[in-house]
Amino acid sequence: MIGLGLPRGFVVTLKNFIRPPVTEQYPDRHVGLLGAAKEAGMNPFQFLVKKPADSLKAIAGLATVPVAVKQSPRFRGNEFTYFEDRCTACASCAKYCPLGIIEIVSVPGKIDAQEGESYKLEVFDIDIGRCMFCGLCVEACPYDALHMGTNFERSKYVRDELVITKEELFDAPKRPSAFYRPQFEEKGFDPFKETIEDFHDAGRHEQKTYDELKKKWVDER
Amino acid sequence: MNQAMLDNSLWRNIYCVLAGDSAQCASRDYSAGLLPGGLEWLAFLLAAAAIIGLVINGILGGVIVLIWGERRLFGRFQSRTGPNRWGPWGTLTSVADAVKTMFKEDLVPADADRILFNLAPILIAAPALLVFSVIPFGVGTYVADLNIGLLFIMAVTSLTTLAVLTAAWSSGNRIAILSALRSVALLISYEIPMALAVVGVIMLAGSMSLGDIIAAQGVPFILVQPLGFFVFFIAAMAEMARAPFDLTEAESELAAGYLNDYASMKFGLFFLAEFMAELSTSAIVTTLFLSGWRGFDPIPSQFWFIAKLIAVLFVIIWFRMTLPRLRVDQVLKFAWKGLFELTMINIIVTAILIAIWPQPTTGQLWMMAAINWPVAIISIWGVSKLLGTPAYDKPQPTAEAPTYPVASESIPAGSVLGAEKGGD
Repeated sequence: MIGLGLPRGFVVTLKNFIRPPVTEQYPDRHVGLLGAAKEAGMNPFQFLVKKPADSLKAIAGLATVPVAVKQSPRFRGNEFTYFEDRCTACASCAKYCPLGIIEIVSVPGKIDAQEGESYKLEVFDIDIGRCMFCGLCVEACPYDALHMGTNFERSKYVRDELVITKEELFDAPKRPSAFYRPQFEEKGFDPFKETIEDFHDAGRHEQKTYDELKKKWVDER
Repeated sequence: MNQAMLDNSLWRNIYCVLAGDSAQCASRDYSAGLLPGGLEWLAFLLAAAAIIGLVINGILGGVIVLIWGERRLFGRFQSRTGPNRWGPWGTLTSVADAVKTMFKEDLVPADADRILFNLAPILIAAPALLVFSVIPFGVGTYVADLNIGLLFIMAVTSLTTLAVLTAAWSSGNRIAILSALRSVALLISYEIPMALAVVGVIMLAGSMSLGDIIAAQGVPFILVQPLGFFVFFIAAMAEMARAPFDLTEAESELAAGYLNDYASMKFGLFFLAEFMAELSTSAIVTTLFLSGWRGFDPIPSQFWFIAKLIAVLFVIIWFRMTLPRLRVDQVLKFAWKGLFELTMINIIVTAILIAIWPQPTTGQLWMMAAINWPVAIISIWGVSKLLGTPAYDKPQPTAEAPTYPVASESIPAGSVLGAEKGGD
């Protein structure tokens, strides 16, 4: 019938009006009294009595609660995670980078009789300002020394600050992304809650025991 | 001070606090005045200034709240939260917007007629404010009760188009003039149904004074005059020139229409006038059809007025969020072929009913409502039948082969495409 489309349209908008909003608020979420009390871990009455100033703020609609954005563990973000102890300075990452923004300068280090020749890393700069986060450097790394990060808040006022230096990579918290690193997902590692302290944990394989090494290199020969 | 002004509590309270010892006020138990005797004229002027300031600032404050509320409601209608960052629940968002608008550069185009260009924002803001001078906000709370109040409103609201035309002409911009032409067409089309729709109300109340119209509404006129309300509401939405009737500033066709060349606070005044028009429209609808300030006793009448105002505003915003913009010819066709007939039916039916029951009581008003509702439903259905395009939304597939030439017929059989077709 002619004209039925209009009321149908009004019902559609009214349904949307009644539905709770789907907005994801970031970096903080505005809460009322109930939300603030829930965040503090007590019921509203306790909250009113124990924290009158905070509850007044919440009633006035000014209270905010910080929220974390829901992200995939495979998120390819800023702040590359780098394990110095795993790196052999082979410069595979620099070779595979399509934009050529990874700069590596390595010098011959000590020569160990058992471990062989090793190289010392002098410069390891990544120009994040030109990076497109394709992840090819991470795929190329043969020793799982370089991982994608999970952070995305790295806006700067000066362009030069966008270059991540070796020292910054050393000091940054180790929250590697699970991109191209299935071992993290197998272990159930959550980069948004925990960090990796020991470089052995970042590897693709378990470290071999002495017996296994002996079997491989001594017994089988 | 004449007697009519002393009956008005808004005037009386301010005037008599200033000049309490005059004879008029002493008889109404106002003893001490701030001003000495013999300065009644000064008290009168001060009272007038105070009332003007009170009403204008009240409306501007209402507009600030309305902008915030409208944006919040828009958000909720689209499953968003709306502005909620600046101030509690985002209430200070419109203040921040106003500050931002004021600090912008005030540009005037080189081709503009400078005097008219500067005059247009004032011209558009004034009529929306003038409407509130006759609206009763509560018992005895009004600026003036004109005996031709309704006529005054009709006259003043149509001034908006003059301002739009001035703005468009003085901008020296052809897109703006197109927008102004649309605005004039819209106004001429919708002023007639709007004026004819209130004829039923005037007949029922027997007066054009808004105070008398409210006094006559033992039953809210939305129940007695459903057809009149329907036509008036739609025509008033068109007069506001907002969605679905925002032809004058259609973003996708005319950029912003007559607003194209305005910047800074001049643009802000146009924006303000648009919201003031929304506020005044809902105030008029409340007064004419929702029985104004009338309500239950313990709650003050001003509260009832504001509650009904907010309800009408909600419906207007709901309309705006739901309906898309109409084409120019559709809008004009709707006014001339649809609403005009409806108002005529309404006037005839109401005139017959008034001839039967002159000066109707509440019971007779209910009888009129019982007669008017079927009339309204049948006539709206009939007019929609006349106006509607049959089976527009579900085109039926035709059984015969299409008459237009099909490309495959002209392809020779031996060609590559023809061979492919045969292979299927």
